[in-house]
Amino acid sequence: MSMRGLPIFIWTQGKLYLREPIATFFTIFFAPLMLVLFGLMYGNEPNEVFGGLGSMDVTVPAYLGIIIVTVGLIGLPIQTSSNRELGILRRYRVTPLRPLTYIVADVTSYWVMALVGVVVLVVVGKLAYDVRFEGSILSVLAGFTLCTLAFLAIGFVIASFAPSARVAQTVGMVVAYPMMFLSGATIPYELLPPTVQRIADFLPLTYVVRLMRGLWVGEPWSDLWLEVGVLTGILVVCGAVSARFFRWE
Amino acid sequence: MTEPVIAVDALEKSYGSVRAVDAISFEVAEGEIFGVVGPNGAGKTTTIECLEGLRAPDGGRVHVLGLDPRRDGDALRERIGAQLQQSALPARLRVGEAMRLFASFYARPLDPEAILEGLGLADRKKVAFAELSGGQKQRLSIALALVGDPQLVFFDELTSGLDPQARHATWDLVRDVRAKGKTVFLTTHYMEEAERLCDRVMIIDAGRIVALDTPAALVRALGAEQRIAFSADGMADEVLGALRATPGVERVEWSGGRVVVYGQSDRLLAPILDVLQDAHLSFHDLQTEQPNLEDVFLAQTGREMRD
Repeated sequence: MSMRGLPIFIWTQGKLYLREPIATFFTIFFAPLMLVLFGLMYGNEPNEVFGGLGSMDVTVPAYLGIIIVTVGLIGLPIQTSSNRELGILRRYRVTPLRPLTYIVADVTSYWVMALVGVVVLVVVGKLAYDVRFEGSILSVLAGFTLCTLAFLAIGFVIASFAPSARVAQTVGMVVAYPMMFLSGATIPYELLPPTVQRIADFLPLTYVVRLMRGLWVGEPWSDLWLEVGVLTGILVVCGAVSARFFRWE
Repeated sequence: MTEPVIAVDALEKSYGSVRAVDAISFEVAEGEIFGVVGPNGAGKTTTIECLEGLRAPDGGRVHVLGLDPRRDGDALRERIGAQLQQSALPARLRVGEAMRLFASFYARPLDPEAILEGLGLADRKKVAFAELSGGQKQRLSIALALVGDPQLVFFDELTSGLDPQARHATWDLVRDVRAKGKTVFLTTHYMEEAERLCDRVMIIDAGRIVALDTPAALVRALGAEQRIAFSADGMADEVLGALRATPGVERVEWSGGRVVVYGQSDRLLAPILDVLQDAHLSFHDLQTEQPNLEDVFLAQTGREMRD
């Protein structure tokens, strides 16, 4: 199947993303900024609550979850529904651009943006707090990719059903923000009260945070099958739902 | 005879209980500027969207460049260009970027630079879509419709919202598109635009074809009278008599220094000028009033176009 136009489309989408100041701030600068703020308060001294790791050592991989949820549940639904609302998607439909090419380009550009955010976060964590990393870069990249795809799929579901960009934005934020605080992405899971921990077990983002923290310290994939399974399930189900219900106009 | 570029047979499309397009049939020949004109809600956009493959017809047959827009959509979209009504681009996308992006969708695109040059947008390449004026946005939409080197170009309400000057400039651009050997299918709710720009006009109302022919033939078929009026300081009876005797003239009125000549022929003006010349009559404020497509619409539907 022809994927004509893919590289230029990815490049264009990326440039457009970086021209949205708010999206750029929340994807690339928000997590490092929070990291510095919390680092000033808690430092990175080894702590037995985190099994001998410092607060920053667990926060950096957990913050990957914040970047992923921002891109997937806020960035993608707003952008996609507003492109639909403005008739931009319709305009593409009367060109030879294939729908699959559009989706692959869109997903790739969001993945790249999230990756840029992750790199900035890790560099800040390394420079400011000498954050420990005991995993493999390849595994972390693979895990990050799975998490990002799963959350982009959730984002496509929101974009499929939201009647307008405004609704997509509201739904995205209502789902994303509480989840950031209840899943261990902002406040480490270990510090959450038991009731909140039980809620966290039902939130998709919790599995992102667990997977990324696990891979960060070099846990083998075999110990993380539950997280991988949950996220793959989300990807498959949400992918199928949005393939069925996605509207171009 | 060559195969028609567009062949539509008994096309039907309903939205709920509303029949947007009610069994219309027509053909468009290669190299034509074919216009669909009618009031809002007449079915113009629905028709064009069925041709572009954006909508599935409920009934009838549609062939565009010999292809079924729904079944052979991928092949068709390589060979058509389209400007859509109510369709924007990302606000921060620049003119040059938009052209390169759209060019990348096609198998054999034209040079984006040359197209922008031809449409007077060469110096706007670095300008974001949101910063363009209304006329520039429309010119960019023409450029994007042309970048794939299409055989057939669709313009849906291309000039609505433009001031008269920009509208007239846009007509020239559409004529240029046709001069490049492309067929143009357009919709408009401006009767004047259809009359001045199109080789053939299809007037539709409430999803049905009201009339379909060249603008001149439509007006002629109306058989409406033409009026020529002028002012003169004095008027001799023999001049009035000569005017009344001119072939094609039906009656002449003379009051308050103003003469109005009524007739059927569309060659009324020259003989009348001859009469005035022979009589050495000085006249001023000469006006001719010809029936136009607005009158055709009024005669066919009993309503004014603008509602």
